[in-house]
Amino acid sequence: MDPIREAMLKKSHSAKLERRGKTISLVCISLIVIVVVAIFFFVASKGLATFFQNKINLWSFLTKSVWNPSMKDAHGNPEVGALPMIVGSFGVTFLSAIIATPFAVGAGIFMTEISRKWGQKILQPVIELLVGIPSVVYGFIGLSVVVPFIRHIFGGTGFGILAGTFVLFVMILPTVTSMTVDALKAVPRHYREASLALGATRWQTIYRVVLRAAIPGILTGIVFGMARAFGEALAVQMVIGNAALLPKNLVSPASTLTSVLTSGIGNTVMGSLENNALWSLALLLLLMSLAFNLLIRWIGKKGELNK
Amino acid sequence: MAEAQKIITSSDVHLFYGKFEALKGINLDFNQHEITALIGPSGCGKSTYLRTLNRMNDLIPDVTITGTISLRGQNIYAPSEDVVQLRKQVGMVFQQPNPFPFSIYENVIYGLRLAGVKDKRELDEAVETSLKQAAIWDEVKDHLHDSALSLSGGQQQRVCIARVLAVKPDVILLDEPTSALDPISSTQIENMLLGLRDQYTIILVTHSMHQASRISDKTAFFLTGNLIEFADTKQMFLNPKEKETEDYITGRFG
Repeated sequence: MDPIREAMLKKSHSAKLERRGKTISLVCISLIVIVVVAIFFFVASKGLATFFQNKINLWSFLTKSVWNPSMKDAHGNPEVGALPMIVGSFGVTFLSAIIATPFAVGAGIFMTEISRKWGQKILQPVIELLVGIPSVVYGFIGLSVVVPFIRHIFGGTGFGILAGTFVLFVMILPTVTSMTVDALKAVPRHYREASLALGATRWQTIYRVVLRAAIPGILTGIVFGMARAFGEALAVQMVIGNAALLPKNLVSPASTLTSVLTSGIGNTVMGSLENNALWSLALLLLLMSLAFNLLIRWIGKKGELNK
Repeated sequence: MAEAQKIITSSDVHLFYGKFEALKGINLDFNQHEITALIGPSGCGKSTYLRTLNRMNDLIPDVTITGTISLRGQNIYAPSEDVVQLRKQVGMVFQQPNPFPFSIYENVIYGLRLAGVKDKRELDEAVETSLKQAAIWDEVKDHLHDSALSLSGGQQQRVCIARVLAVKPDVILLDEPTSALDPISSTQIENMLLGLRDQYTIILVTHSMHQASRISDKTAFFLTGNLIEFADTKQMFLNPKEKETEDYITGRFG
């Protein structure tokens, strides 16, 4: 073969490197995909067994309010009504997000619009620190400070959705705040200049232009916070009271999907109805996380369209 | 010809960014209902000077300004000056078209909303008048509620001008308003500015000598923070007094 032809057909060194790099990243990414799919498959197969194997009605699982998988009701059906946990989970999630939002937006405005220097020097590190505190610490503070405080004010045990909301509020606040700060920082400087040049005051500029332009980013931050609140197990379990009852009010003991899971999964036998029912709760949790993720993507896309 | 009325006078204006002196004692007056062009090479201080006229430099930390600038005889750097009010009287258009991410309609009435105008008819009228003045009404009248960001660069810039006009300022400052636009859009904006001259005082920073000679009545030439020459545009371009001006406008540097 003539040498030029040979040289052309042979792979160059950089082409080989390129190929090797591609292969390595492909292997890594497929590994991640396999793990995620496997988790989904495992949780789904276990979680759906409640409905297919144990013949529990999906509708009654979602709407009945008595959770006692080892007992049977008058008709001989096992009592697996997940409504108390669903209500508890959504309750603490939405309440903590509603309380956290104004604080996060206020802190974000302070850090980006009012005093960048202070924000960067002091608030930013504080917020980063708050993210790094383990959830057991939050739970412990909730248990020893928040619960007695609520008991003192409202009576009762002090455990319940209100205590869970307080703990989660502090836990998601840094997440929502730092994402709000990012969203506000991403608002181009020229919007602010244009607004001020038209005779707007600083405050008018903030709420008419900056906040408005940052809304998609702020919403994404709130949903991120909600996803975190929804999935948080340990801290909530420590303060919510762990009674699988439909909460009568905000200060009566309740439970969430995660708190029932963490307290129950070690006490059941694999393959039994009690165990399968817990897997169904886990599946619900997984699907909700997926829903939160899709919501975040959808908001992000909407924000892009407006730009 | 009657003596033209002075609307802005500035005397001995120095501006420092930290220790750096960007303006070295500018004395410059502007007549009402005239177009004045500020020209000069990049970094000569013409944009900086323009921004002192509505106090936009206040937004930059570490800026010191000395000297006096008066609008209708009132010192705008006096401690009692209301900057918000000043910026309603002295509007500004920027180099990059910067409409808000709202509809065209909301962009134009932004200044009126700030002033608390709620009457729908008044707002509608202001939108139509301002967009007509900015020579863009015919192009956008059928989609006033579309996002202003969907327009072309030239259209966006005219919406930005309409947004300033809606506030009814006395003076309009334009900081290289056409340098980011194509020649056709630039010509449209130049013609529009000529049409606005009877009602507004226009001060324009430009890098284009042709633009300055086409539309301005007076021209000021800046170099390294100094005002070198200020004269009628025709006179300056045909018969510059200073050597530096001549070198610049004949393209020997800059």
